[in-house]
Amino acid sequence: MAIDSQTVAHIARLARIKVTDEEKAALAGELSTILQWIEQLDEVDTAGVEPVASVVDAVLPWRADVVSDGGQAEKVLANAPDGVPGFFAVPKVVE
Amino acid sequence: MSLIAGRTGDWEVVIGLEVHAQVVSNSKLFSGAATEFGAEPNTQVSFVDAGMPGMLPVINGVCVRQAVLTGLGLNAEINLVSVFDRKNYFYADLPAGYQISQFTRPIVGKGTIVLDLPGGATREVGITRLHLEQDAGKSLHDQHPTKSFIDLNRSGVALMEIVSEPDMRTSEEAGAYLKKLRSILRYLGTCDGNMEEGSMRCDCNVSVRRPGGELGTRCEIKNVNSIRFVMLAIEYEARRQIEIIEDGGTIRQETRLFDSGRGETRSMRSKEDAHDYRYFPDPDLLPLVLSPEFVAEIKAGMPELPDPKKARFVAEYGLSPYDAGVLVGEQENAAFFEAVARGRDAKLAANWVTGDFFGFLNKSGRPIAEAPVSAEALGGLIDLIRDGTISGRLAKEVFEAMWETGKPAAAIVEERGLRQVSDTGAIEASIDGVMAANADKVAEYRSGKDKLFGFFVGQVMKATQGKANPALVNEILKRKLAG
Amino acid sequence: MTMAANLTDLTLAEARDGLVARRFSAIELTDAHVAAVEAGRPLNAFITETPDAARAAAAESDRRIAAGEARPLEGLPLAIKDLFCTAGVPTTAGSHILDGFKPPYESTVTANLWQAGAVMLGKVNLDEFAMGSSNMTSYHGPVENPWRRRGDNRPLTPGGSSGGSAAAVAARMALGATGTDTGGSIRQPAAFCGIVGIKPTYGRCSRWGIVAFASSLDQAGPMARTVRDAAILLREMAGHDPKDSTSVALPVPDFEKTLDQGVKGLRIGIPKEYRIAGTPPEIEALWQQGIAWLKDAGAEPVEVSLPHARFALPTYYIIAPAEASSNLARYDGVRFGLRVPGQTLDEMYENTRAAGFGAEVRRRVLIGTYVLSAGYYDAYYLKAQRVRARIVEDFRNAFEKVDAILTPATPSAAFGLDDKQDDPIAMYLNDVFTVTANLAGLPGLSVPGGLSAEGLPLGLQVLGRAFDEETVLRVGRQIEKAAGFTAKPAMAGGAA
Repeated sequence: MAIDSQTVAHIARLARIKVTDEEKAALAGELSTILQWIEQLDEVDTAGVEPVASVVDAVLPWRADVVSDGGQAEKVLANAPDGVPGFFAVPKVVE
Repeated sequence: MSLIAGRTGDWEVVIGLEVHAQVVSNSKLFSGAATEFGAEPNTQVSFVDAGMPGMLPVINGVCVRQAVLTGLGLNAEINLVSVFDRKNYFYADLPAGYQISQFTRPIVGKGTIVLDLPGGATREVGITRLHLEQDAGKSLHDQHPTKSFIDLNRSGVALMEIVSEPDMRTSEEAGAYLKKLRSILRYLGTCDGNMEEGSMRCDCNVSVRRPGGELGTRCEIKNVNSIRFVMLAIEYEARRQIEIIEDGGTIRQETRLFDSGRGETRSMRSKEDAHDYRYFPDPDLLPLVLSPEFVAEIKAGMPELPDPKKARFVAEYGLSPYDAGVLVGEQENAAFFEAVARGRDAKLAANWVTGDFFGFLNKSGRPIAEAPVSAEALGGLIDLIRDGTISGRLAKEVFEAMWETGKPAAAIVEERGLRQVSDTGAIEASIDGVMAANADKVAEYRSGKDKLFGFFVGQVMKATQGKANPALVNEILKRKLAG
Repeated sequence: MTMAANLTDLTLAEARDGLVARRFSAIELTDAHVAAVEAGRPLNAFITETPDAARAAAAESDRRIAAGEARPLEGLPLAIKDLFCTAGVPTTAGSHILDGFKPPYESTVTANLWQAGAVMLGKVNLDEFAMGSSNMTSYHGPVENPWRRRGDNRPLTPGGSSGGSAAAVAARMALGATGTDTGGSIRQPAAFCGIVGIKPTYGRCSRWGIVAFASSLDQAGPMARTVRDAAILLREMAGHDPKDSTSVALPVPDFEKTLDQGVKGLRIGIPKEYRIAGTPPEIEALWQQGIAWLKDAGAEPVEVSLPHARFALPTYYIIAPAEASSNLARYDGVRFGLRVPGQTLDEMYENTRAAGFGAEVRRRVLIGTYVLSAGYYDAYYLKAQRVRARIVEDFRNAFEKVDAILTPATPSAAFGLDDKQDDPIAMYLNDVFTVTANLAGLPGLSVPGGLSAEGLPLGLQVLGRAFDEETVLRVGRQIEKAAGFTAKPAMAGGAA
């Protein structure tokens, strides 16, 4: 499927990546080419085939309900680009 | 019925509720950080909860067990295979940029819940599904003029999202639903139901329609945090929608917020974006597979739930459905009642528990475990009534003294000399005295004014300071007045 | 100087044995490699060098060796792909968006290596978030392949995404390196640089602490100059990790022990669908040579069919970007790395992610977002997972008839750093032979088989059954012996 600049703008918004108008046009072309190449999958008959859930032949392991982590606010916050004591900070959100 | 009268006719409200119930567990759904309420900000955060690069989720088995137990408590199907999906969206308190949830294959499917309505009536509401998911962190918007602060302590705490069918028609039914759901969760010990601390939160889907007509467009009121507010929000929202439609407008499907200060709902600006959550199975987790034995074992260990307990109280103790419903609301209350009723007159026990005892308890604001009158002590009081040691009337005074002093009933009766007088000689003497002092009234009575009987009873009780055995007073007085 | 050059020329196994025999010290071995890393800087293989920590670790190794407490990798200097989180050492994933990020934790795989006594020389370059086959998408600039075409000094790509790892090992800057492989990112650069790389079975190595690209495909593995070295490293890297739900609780065999058992009696599958039109004749010739070597050693070549293999690449280019679009959502400027301010939260996100991600990462995140979005999920993502099921089934059928499969590793030798830049799909085709193993979760090894007409290394690929790395390594070892690959790159041991 060919996708247009408007679609690029929509998915860029969903992905929270700012794109300029020139980028949109270029990306529309590139992404369309990739999608058209991908669409060769339509040739494969997959009727009745269950999608792969995991290639691991095992059951989901469970953890015991014990507190084994936390109590490390300084480590958790150490890499924050805009930290205030005890918290992460972001531009103010209006709900 | 349950319709709202508008200017152009009657309207029916259609309500479905989505409850987020925090799972009772020591650690989070996919990390080993603690879940306790009220800790210092960001102190209960693992690198997994903070969405640090390369971190991976590992599921907490107790949270799985709690979800299955809750599903069984809601008479629901347990899905032996369920899948965790990623729900992708950006928000400041969602560190990974996705929430691990269950979309197409939840752990629990369809179930039911029975509402107890005023007057002892009941109504069944369908449960659509229950799934496990992670909670988000908390944004604090009021700490700084241009910044919001983020605390991730709650990030990753296990929630059960319990979705009802749109089966409710009034705010009272919505309230009854939440009360009943909370009661079941507390019986099971799977959620503490504390709405103030946010461990139970409710999203309300509300729409209006002409009775029996096609469903209207719904609005979702997010994160309402008390049963009373849920009821107020629904009432406000229904009237708002009716007004818009009656004014010729249409309802826009949107997310709204309940402002409890103003008693209004309003549109949420931050949720205006059309969402596309791009759900897909979380490749960091395998499908969650339960064995039938695991489910059977949980089922075998289930406590008696409110509905069967209520039925048993009616059948076994002869209580009215209403009293039984009041008593089973909280597990501790039902246990207290059963301790009082054991070997005693159950109806009398129920009257005392739901009457004076709950009255004093509510006024004190204390939990039942800290009540100054124990089940044993209340039973002792009832025993004194039954064996005629005190009258029912004086018993209330005794109970009040028990509540204040914490002493047993017998001690208070002795101390205060409240023992009932059943000595016929003493009662006859009192009656003779009253009759002599009121000769005119005696004459009137004898000439046919029966109503005066109550006056004589009152005078005799007054003369005996309420201690005379009322049955004996009645009997002797009747004989003497007859002449 | 001669001594130092000799030390960097040793294989990992030789260095291990030399240390234990006290022929040289761990400090000497590390110093020789630190010097090689410095001399090799023009290749741009390292993003972060950690010589001081390396010397400190080497000193501890000397103490242990003296005390008779040497561990399996005691004192052996390694390069770590900068996708593995290393405690207190910057971890960039080759991206601008992780600027300044110092993980407060150590990935399980690297922790296993340090536990076994290995020494970290530093963090090596890679395609941004491991997305690429050329190392040209790194924010820290492309890596140069230490090999040159005969009579041509123009720089070549080392392949990708583990290009820094491959270049460092080929150029004798490290005895071995860690890599990760999502679609061929260990095997393709190993082939381009004339070294050995193995992507183990999905679930063999823990993914905990490795910056995620596509979670259902990512797998860590070793890169080294011999099959034996790769076997030694894999044994220490692998193992069950309760912190990774997809890590499998199976014992890790002593791969080195079974390495030289030969291939006599093994049935080797030759997938007919791997004869792709346009593949250079020398690749086809190498493949035939590989078959002949194994046959000579007593193995039986068997033609097998993998009818859906030709759909593997487009399948991969749905699943990998879809998972990546979600995995990379956490790079949002809030908790770590780059932040580009904005008036609102959303503006801050959009500015940060536009500036922080390079063109290829942005392209893949957008593709991934698109194929998961409402209305397209079934047609793209679910369809791809169904085709993937077909591919898994193809391999299951093939491995009922054979013990291992032999294919070329790449459709070409290393290309110039200036080639192939404008067409993303041409670049994607680099992984055409390797990507099936990721989709099916199977082990795959790349081993040098010979040189192209232009004097560049070419690799053969051995695929095996799930958790049968032993057979894969045995077959690889047989090829290695038969090929007698002794060629060295133009720039080795810092002799740039």
